[in-house]
Amino acid sequence: MAVRTLKIDDRELAVEAGTSILEAAQEAGIPIPRLCHLEGVTPVGACRLCLVEIEGLNKLLPACVTEVGEGMVIHTQTAKLQEYRRMTVELIFAEGNHICAICVANGDCELQDVAIQVGMDHSRFPYQFPDRGIDLSHPLFAIDHNRCILCTRCVRVCDEIEGAHVWDVAQRGPDCYIVSGLNQPWGEVEACTSCGKCVDACPTGAIFKKGSTTGEKHADTAKLEFLSTAREKHQWTR
Amino acid sequence: MDKIRFATVWLAGCSGCHMSFLDLDEFLIDLADLVEVVYSPVACDLKHYPDNVDVCLVEGAVANQDNLDLLYEVRRKTRLLISFGDCAVTANVPALRNRLSESAAGVLDRGYLELADTNPQRPYAPGIVPELMERVTPLHEIVPIDIFMPGCPPSADRIRATLEPLLQGRTPTMAGREMIKFG
Repeated sequence: MAVRTLKIDDRELAVEAGTSILEAAQEAGIPIPRLCHLEGVTPVGACRLCLVEIEGLNKLLPACVTEVGEGMVIHTQTAKLQEYRRMTVELIFAEGNHICAICVANGDCELQDVAIQVGMDHSRFPYQFPDRGIDLSHPLFAIDHNRCILCTRCVRVCDEIEGAHVWDVAQRGPDCYIVSGLNQPWGEVEACTSCGKCVDACPTGAIFKKGSTTGEKHADTAKLEFLSTAREKHQWTR
Repeated sequence: MDKIRFATVWLAGCSGCHMSFLDLDEFLIDLADLVEVVYSPVACDLKHYPDNVDVCLVEGAVANQDNLDLLYEVRRKTRLLISFGDCAVTANVPALRNRLSESAAGVLDRGYLELADTNPQRPYAPGIVPELMERVTPLHEIVPIDIFMPGCPPSADRIRATLEPLLQGRTPTMAGREMIKFG
């Protein structure tokens, strides 16, 4: 096994070649904020929260999709990164309609947690109040696009773990939304097995079980990692 | 030493933040020793916001002309202005109507015409019933804010942890789940 030696936040590390910076930091117990990252599915670098500084490079790179390189000197907590992360979280809040007080995920929401982590006490960016829809056509679940941060965890978990590929991303820029089937109501998509993995993958209250009310959603993200480990490594542990 | 001149203001919110303030229980008695309440919907009967206020908690978003006028007056006459609760900080539930393309007319039509059982009519009394703003906004989009205290409502513990340092002349640290969790 080829080994790469590198430095993260002044810690000397030796990790297997091909490891991502995020994984290397995680193994060393160095926390890097993230929202789109989900153990068990392919990383995509969608949320930009895990951006890190690498000495000798003049741009910031997402730790989840950047492989470690020999001799890399990486910083994960510089003042610049902290400021950018807070701006990123503020932009996410300003872009959608995130009303914690009336959300199913209030108290168990990764977006809410990350806002606390980056020290966001308000958004400097004006709220956009986009007019987004809610799809209640599925008998068991619902998707509220107002709470969606386009992390694409649902897209990946449905495609890679369940193998149904019900979800995808439609449109571009601020018009982006998570689309079900061939832009059909979720309840009419025959490919959906109603497995509920997207409910567990969703970091916010965007995808939830019907009938849950404020603060009642508790997503089990570890279940998805368990399924992926069981399948790939034949280890049934959690 | 003169007492700290303290005020609370209620704009477009449900008054839940003020209820949480009353939830301070026995700390209210300590507070009463240290501050003079010069304006507050729950602790004072004055109708006009006075000059030279030291600290003011402002609950609620800006949803109508009265809210806007009062907020400008409060900012002009207050040294330290605290954006108090999620409606003040994010516009929160009162801003749900912002998604409508004509949000002021839309919400009035729905409430006073479409859902009226008898005598449907839009309230119109210039100078008495304040006009709705087209867009409900958080306070800091209109005036500078000194301290943000999110929460729907902020718990009594959070309110106390914000006010206590201020009473001792220090700035509170608004960080961590106990202090800045929304919702």
